[in-house]
Order: sequence, then C-alpha cells, then structure tokens
Amino acid sequence: MAIADIRQRPGFLLAAAILLHVILISAQVNTASGLPILQVVTFGSFAEVQRATMATLGGVRGMWSGYVALQQVQQENNALKHELQSLQVSLQQERAEAQRTDNLRQLLELRERAKLDTVAAEVIAGAASPDFRTVTIDKGSSEDLATDMAVISPAGVVGRVILPSRRASKVQLLIDRNAAAGALIERTRVQGVVIGIGDGTLKMQYVPGTADVKTGDLVVTSGIDGIYPKGFVIGTVDRTDRGDGAYHEIVVRPAVDFSRLEEVLIVRTPPASRGLIEEPK
Amino acid sequence: MRTAVALAAILVAIALQTTLATMMFRGGTAIDLVLIVVVYVSIKSGPSTGLLAGTVAGLIQDALSSGILGIGGLAKTVVGFLSGVLGTQFIVTAPLPRFLLLLVATALHAAIFMGLYTLLNLRQFPAPYPSIVGQAFGNAFVGVVGFQLIEWFPGFVDRRRAGRFLKR
Repeated sequence: MAIADIRQRPGFLLAAAILLHVILISAQVNTASGLPILQVVTFGSFAEVQRATMATLGGVRGMWSGYVALQQVQQENNALKHELQSLQVSLQQERAEAQRTDNLRQLLELRERAKLDTVAAEVIAGAASPDFRTVTIDKGSSEDLATDMAVISPAGVVGRVILPSRRASKVQLLIDRNAAAGALIERTRVQGVVIGIGDGTLKMQYVPGTADVKTGDLVVTSGIDGIYPKGFVIGTVDRTDRGDGAYHEIVVRPAVDFSRLEEVLIVRTPPASRGLIEEPK
Repeated sequence: MRTAVALAAILVAIALQTTLATMMFRGGTAIDLVLIVVVYVSIKSGPSTGLLAGTVAGLIQDALSSGILGIGGLAKTVVGFLSGVLGTQFIVTAPLPRFLLLLVATALHAAIFMGLYTLLNLRQFPAPYPSIVGQAFGNAFVGVVGFQLIEWFPGFVDRRRAGRFLKR
C-alpha cells in the first residue's frame, strides 16, 4: 500500500502508532538495567542541536544589540553620550566578568576544599519536557564522565549524571520526582532519605518520629547511597510534621537555586576513595 | 513540504523548550511548547499528519528526558490524532474554540502521561491537579496568542506590500 493511501486511513495509522509505542514502552519497562541505544544516540545528536541553537541565539542577540547600539549612536550624534554609553557597556561587561569570575572562584574553592577529582561544566540546556527536572551540561564521556557521578555546586548538591554522551551529559536534578539521596540532619546526625517531589522542594523520609528535628536544621548528604560524597549541603528543613505514622514528614528547601544554574562541578572520584568534605575556614 | 514545515516547527519548539525551560523552573507555569505545536499542526493538517507529528515530537521529547521512551510519544500521538479529527469535524479558527481545544488537549495529554506512569508503577504524582490546571491554562493562552500571530503575520506583510504599491 502506498504511503499516500495509508495517510488516507488515519485509524490504521493511529493503531500502528499506538502499537509501536506500546512495544517500545514494554521493551524498556521489562529491561532490568542499561540505557536504550536510541535514547543515547538521540540525546547525543540533539545535544549538538542544542549547542548550535544556543550559539545561534547568542550570535543573533549580539548582532541585534550591536545594530541597535550603532543606530542610537548615529541618531544622537553626540560624542559625550557615545562615550558614556561605551563606558556603561564596559561597566556592564566588567560586572558580568566579575560575576563570572566570582562564580568560578567559588567553584575553585569548593574543588580545593572537597579534595575530590572534579571537572567543571557549563549548563547548556534545560529539560525537554516540563515533567522532568533535568539539565544538559557541556561535558561528556570524552572528559571521563559516567552515569551516577555526583554533580555539585558551591551552594550544595545539584544532582547526578544519568546520560553521558561524548560531548554532553544529561543531569537529573535532585528536585526531580525520581531523584533521591542519602541524607542526615547535621545537628543531630539523624539519617534519612531525601527525595524530589517535582515542585522544586524536597522531602526527607524515614526519619523516626522520636528524632529531634527543627525548622532551619541543615540537611547534608550522608554518603550511604554511593553517589553523593558525604557532608555536602542539600538544604534546610522548611517544615516538619509528626503526621499519623512513626516517621516525621519533613519538607526540605534546597540550598541550590536550580533556576540559576550556570556552572557546576562533576565529581569523578569513585565512592570508595572519597573523604569527608572539609569545613570552610 | 507541509510535513517538512511541521517537522521544523517541532524541532524549533523542542529547542525553545529546552532553552526556555531553565528560565521557567521555579514559580511560573511549565508550558509545553511542543504540545502546542502538535495541536496546531493537527488542526491545520488533519489527523494523519497530527498523529505523526505527535509521535515524532513525543519520541524526541522522551529521548531527551529521563523517562520511559514512548510514554510521552503515545500521549502526544493520541492528542495529535484527536485534535486533527476535531479540526476536520469542527470549525476551530476562532480563539475561543482553540482555547478550549488546547485546554482539553493538555488535560488529555496529562491524563495519558501520568496515567501510564502510575499504571506501570514508575512514578508517583502526588496532588497533580493544580499543576495540570495551571499548565492547561498556560498552554491555552500561549497557544491561542501564538496561533493568532502565526496566521496574522503573512496577511500583515501582504497588506504592507499592497499599501506601498498603491502609494506609488
């Protein structure tokens, strides 16, 4: 049957599409481990598209602002104003440079303090679907990144690498619904598990109802999950409730502002050889 | 040609979704630009093109997300097909019917997407209704404005050209 004929029968086409999806979903759900090749290839290819999109957007933005600025200069024809504008642009550039330097300095301090083998990366894209909390970073397996490596920032834990391609990696943020990390309350050393609930906050589970937990307590990684190094800040206790069960219901406010992630560090040190992070002096 | 344009629109929507997503992380409603494009392609081109657009868009979105490959694709396939059927059976050129169509499409997409994840016991969605309602209204608003702009722009350019010609 010709393709044109098939398109005249949308019912058949729908049935075929649904069947294809069901087979695809079943294949993945039944698989115990490993990443689908299609997913890796698509992600790797599209990471390049994302990179190109970002570069194009940057170029267009640069051309646009340059053109508008030039027109203003021609229209005003005022040497003093021109000088002032140039100075303002320079000042903004200096500020932006200073901000970036500050970010990088913080990353460097964190790297030295943590004594871990880390690599810095830049966030180049967000999640493709609003239902998932992921970002794409510009470092991949060519920088020895692998699945389940922890991703951190000066403010605290960011997430973990879930899909490395050659020149980019997908990072699952800690606030994703599927994310979890071993955690403890720093003040009382009570252990639990922090999970993402998808709305930007975190929940700490399995903390016994008899444990001493207060609003404002610092929550840090416990290191028992084998992914996140021990002692990194996750967030602070925002709300705690005994509820009906034997466990506390604890809402944790993340330390990291996930809407402003620009640079991150990926921990390449294997879990067995990690030490505890040093407290800042 | 129409298929190529639809494919290009989907790719642009996904690229925008991935670049704008970082700006809309906290606070604002998470708008699904890809779903809006699928609905538009469907009401303009019919159920066959609509379901193909939904399949392609959903699968790419799934592949770029950390979820199961095919669940988003299935949801967008069904939404693309039904939007295409509605587009051929009813007149959906005015803003209000389009607004309602986008509301229903978003709700249906969320029902299939979350339903399958819950059914397969892969993810939990505690209290999903506020986010679905927020996303439905967000998609409907952005979609209707986007549709009007897309359809208004070529006519606007033609009118400007005709005006210049008459002045001469």
